[in-house]
Amino acid sequence: MKKLLPLMKKYLAYAILSPIFMILEVLGDIIVPYLMSKIVDIGIANQDIDYIIKVGLLMIGAALVAMILGVSSSFFGASAGYGFAAEVRQKVFEKIQGFSFANLDTFQVSSLITRLTNDCNTIGQVTMMSLRMAIRAPFMMIFALFMSFTINKSLARVFLISLPLLAIAIAAILSKARPLFFKLQSRVDRVNGVIQENLTNIRVVKSFNRQDFEEKKFKERNDGLMNVALKAISYIIFLMPIFNIIVYSTIIAVLWFGGKQIILGTMTGGELISFITYITQVLMSLIMISMYFMSLLRGSASVSRIVEVLDTESEIKEKINPITGIKDGTISFDNVSFIYPGSSECTLKNINFNIESGETLGIIGSTGSSKSTLVQLIPRLYDVKDGSVKVGGVDVKDYDIEFLRDKVAFVLQKNTLFSGTIRTNMKWGNEKATDEEIIEALKHAQAWEFVSAYDDGLDHIVEQSGDNYSGGQKQRLTIARALMKSPKVIILDDSTSAVDMTTDAKIQKAFKVDLPDVTTIIIAQRISSIQHADRIIVMHEGKIESMGSHYELMENSPIYMEIYESQQKGVIGE
Amino acid sequence: MMDKKNKAAFKPKNPKMTLLRLFSYYRYYKGLFIFGILSIILASLGEVAANGMLSPIIDVFVSGGNINDALRFILIMAGFVLLIALGQYMGNRTMARLAQKIIHKIREEMFAHMEKLPVSYFDTHSHGELMSTFTNDVDMLNQSLEQAVSQILVSIVTVIGTFIMMIIISPILTLVVAIMLILMFVIIKYIGSKSANYFRNQQLRLADMNGYIEEMMSGQKVVKVFNYEERAIEDFRGRNDELRKSSSKASTFGVMLMPIMGNLTFILYSVIAMLGSFLVIKNTLSVGNIAAFLQFTRTISRPITMVSNQLNTLFAALAGAERIFSILDEEVEKDEGDVSLVIDCNGKGNHCWKVPKADGNFENIPIKGYVTFKDVDFGYVAEKQVLKNINLYAKPGQKIAFVGSTGAGKTTITNLINRFYEINDGAILYDGVDIRRINKFDLRSTMSIVLQDVHLFEGTVADNIRYGRLDASDEEVEEAAKLANADYFIKHLPQGYDTMLTVDGQNLSQGERQLLSIARAAIADPEILILDEATSSVDTRTEKLISEGMDKLMEGRTTFVIAHRMSTVRDSNAIMVLEQGEIIERGNHDELMAQKGRYYSLNAGTIELD
Repeated sequence: MKKLLPLMKKYLAYAILSPIFMILEVLGDIIVPYLMSKIVDIGIANQDIDYIIKVGLLMIGAALVAMILGVSSSFFGASAGYGFAAEVRQKVFEKIQGFSFANLDTFQVSSLITRLTNDCNTIGQVTMMSLRMAIRAPFMMIFALFMSFTINKSLARVFLISLPLLAIAIAAILSKARPLFFKLQSRVDRVNGVIQENLTNIRVVKSFNRQDFEEKKFKERNDGLMNVALKAISYIIFLMPIFNIIVYSTIIAVLWFGGKQIILGTMTGGELISFITYITQVLMSLIMISMYFMSLLRGSASVSRIVEVLDTESEIKEKINPITGIKDGTISFDNVSFIYPGSSECTLKNINFNIESGETLGIIGSTGSSKSTLVQLIPRLYDVKDGSVKVGGVDVKDYDIEFLRDKVAFVLQKNTLFSGTIRTNMKWGNEKATDEEIIEALKHAQAWEFVSAYDDGLDHIVEQSGDNYSGGQKQRLTIARALMKSPKVIILDDSTSAVDMTTDAKIQKAFKVDLPDVTTIIIAQRISSIQHADRIIVMHEGKIESMGSHYELMENSPIYMEIYESQQKGVIGE
Repeated sequence: MMDKKNKAAFKPKNPKMTLLRLFSYYRYYKGLFIFGILSIILASLGEVAANGMLSPIIDVFVSGGNINDALRFILIMAGFVLLIALGQYMGNRTMARLAQKIIHKIREEMFAHMEKLPVSYFDTHSHGELMSTFTNDVDMLNQSLEQAVSQILVSIVTVIGTFIMMIIISPILTLVVAIMLILMFVIIKYIGSKSANYFRNQQLRLADMNGYIEEMMSGQKVVKVFNYEERAIEDFRGRNDELRKSSSKASTFGVMLMPIMGNLTFILYSVIAMLGSFLVIKNTLSVGNIAAFLQFTRTISRPITMVSNQLNTLFAALAGAERIFSILDEEVEKDEGDVSLVIDCNGKGNHCWKVPKADGNFENIPIKGYVTFKDVDFGYVAEKQVLKNINLYAKPGQKIAFVGSTGAGKTTITNLINRFYEINDGAILYDGVDIRRINKFDLRSTMSIVLQDVHLFEGTVADNIRYGRLDASDEEVEEAAKLANADYFIKHLPQGYDTMLTVDGQNLSQGERQLLSIARAAIADPEILILDEATSSVDTRTEKLISEGMDKLMEGRTTFVIAHRMSTVRDSNAIMVLEQGEIIERGNHDELMAQKGRYYSLNAGTIELD
């Protein structure tokens, strides 16, 4: 929490005013019963109507002022709470924007989403609660206790019994119920698990006639959930009756002993009545405090998840005075090794190769042969462990990162478009791009054909993650988007797998003919996608098995030949 | 989708009907329900009475009366207190338990109903939406049933009881209280209507924000390679600020309610103290009466505040209940089949269709695996026909391959054979029997299906294979795995066949999942096999294992395959080339290649396959 508190700065005034106003409101609420006792004891006893009116109006005034203070306090509290949550959310989002690929791999997408949504919201709510309840309840209790002791010290001693009694009762009930609530959550997860599974697997369930089987499975878990819920309830249910017994027993004790004092003349009727009001206020505050602690537990989990994000540092650091110019698109790997953070074995070992500017390089190999890892080192998405990667003759570590990534365009294997239009997506590559430039890139990527068929052309809508386009169309659009950067190097990581072979060939041709100076690296599963590359690297278990042209590899690379053979008879085509 | 859901989330369309239907669940527990309500009523009345006792007790002391009278009154009051505690314990416990049982029942009904819904339902409803109804809506309903029902009851009884007591003590002061309460109601209503608008606005902003976060986090790596971070941060800042403003507004009205109601109670308290004192001076009221009245101002305003606080939740819960009921009201998969399966009808392990005849007798038709499509027309929606005039004939053990570009209707055809969807026109015959006459359960138990996207279940590897036949022995499971070429990789898993799979088998590779799904289909030993070959890229070795496994599985069964691999197509007895829902070419590989038509160009790789 300490780490997050500085984010409150912008809303500090609210965060300070809210509790101050709250304390003042509580004072108002405490003073009203006291004034009432005066009306009864002095006004009635002296039959002084003027006094009654005067004090009565004072009470109403106090309550009105308290109301205004209370409303202001709430307003400030809400502003501070939501403001704080917004600041935290902004900070977390900005932090994530600075994350490296390695950071993104450690946190999963779904977990980052939860942190940005649920956890930030929870923090806002807990802040609001803290500013209100955490201040209100203890002060209410202290003030009311103070008033009770002022009115009648000997009578106020009942609190010495009832307060600890209530505290023990609450603690006992909650300590019994709390573990059950955790258990309840895991039972809920189990039930939801079956539902989720059946939603995604419904065709499997139906085709194997497993409806009854699944229902039985669900019933078991549903029963389990109910049993834990019933058990938790059986404890929690004691809270209110016990609270009421303690409150009313205290009232009865006060009535009995206070009444005797009235007869003796050491206490007045008004005092006794106001005392009863204070009893409720003191004991109710205790319940509020315990509720607050319950909610704090929920908040602390969120805080630690947020802090975890904020404490994460990207391991990719920019040099001072980085280079912002590039000579050409040559690439060289000099004795490169790479290891994923948290992994014990090197993913890439002793990689050495050079490519000339404008050359086309193909990379092929089975899954897990680290093809993607290899190319991700070029735009410095990960840092090498040993050796160096050079682009345009300069170590990638010496470049300004933003500049480097603008010059080395990367079309990711798991790619996505963003909701908006085709134009807004293309502008990701170049904010100031003209329509002509966009159309040219679309043409190179063989996407203009289908885009121009839309009535609204570039303004055609893109739904979330581009779900309204087919796999092949999406891939062509993402290639076009990368071309918008007018890069020196472009890397296609299995980016044409859903594109038919004719179109694939057209894309390759466009790259060769229209963008002769751009170094092109193509990772593919299909030999046909890389067969015409100037050179091809065959990756095997993190090493370069062989490198050469298609014909050279057909001569001397057993792995390449095996792949070629299997694809010859394996895939429709050729 | 988010927006649509959030707009609908707070306003039930027909609250009265929904409420009635919800309460109808209590009918299973009539006795308990009545007992619970009576207990709660008793507790509330006890509270009113206990507070009423303040009046005589204090009067005895103030007027210097007999202390024994005071003791007697105090004992009576203690009796009422016991009543409160007892009533509250019994009442709350009963109602909370009832709520759990009802939610349990609703959940069970929902799940059972979901299992019976036709596949088309899941095409038109997103998993997210259904999941949210199952979790969020049920949860909300749970909370409301647990608390709201008894709280509303308590409020009603307390308010009525207190009013009766107050009228007995002092009609004039009661009038004052009534006026103040009406004022409170007006304020609550005003704030409620104000905050409802802001609340809705906040929900819209929240949905917008969540959608944005989801999209950006999923595409975060793309953001990085495009240096889009700064622009993303700016974009985010705008949305974040909108959310903050709308949230502050929405909640201010919400949290204002508490201090306003709390202090209005104090104003009422002051007014009662003042007016009460006048009346005492005029000798129409006692000091004890004031004490009781002051206590009443608190007991009467508390339940009102509580209920008004819960009103938003209550409405949201009702809207959720409506969505729950709308799932329960969905029509289930129809099955009017009168033809059933007879296992081992000739004592030689062969199965038969038991077909009822017009004369009341039955005819046993041996199951061989003949499948005939006769002029089949189909559309997912009536307006749009997906398949037109499909005719085909498969002999037992034959392999029929479907090829064609995306959207040509390949998957649709296979989904008709096991009646995931019902055809609009024509007929599909299985060993000469119209499949619409065959009991669905029996029909599907003679078929296995291997889908392109493999879905597995939480459980062990063996459990997942056994999903194809629940009573399969361990040996049979292993045999099936061997046939599917899955045995090798399973034996290399940490616990072999007992290795636990996480949700949907995410701890296996794509290829391994496919091998498992082949084993699962193999163990069912079906007459008919439906295969949707995967296109996803797996490495060469696994690819080889998969195709071998598939080939072994297909041996001797009538197989319909949506083919992507050349070898599968070449080996097929017949290839159906589909385009826009029609079979445009048919024949074996050599015949079709010779035609130089669509199939030929598919082979030349000029058409995009899905």
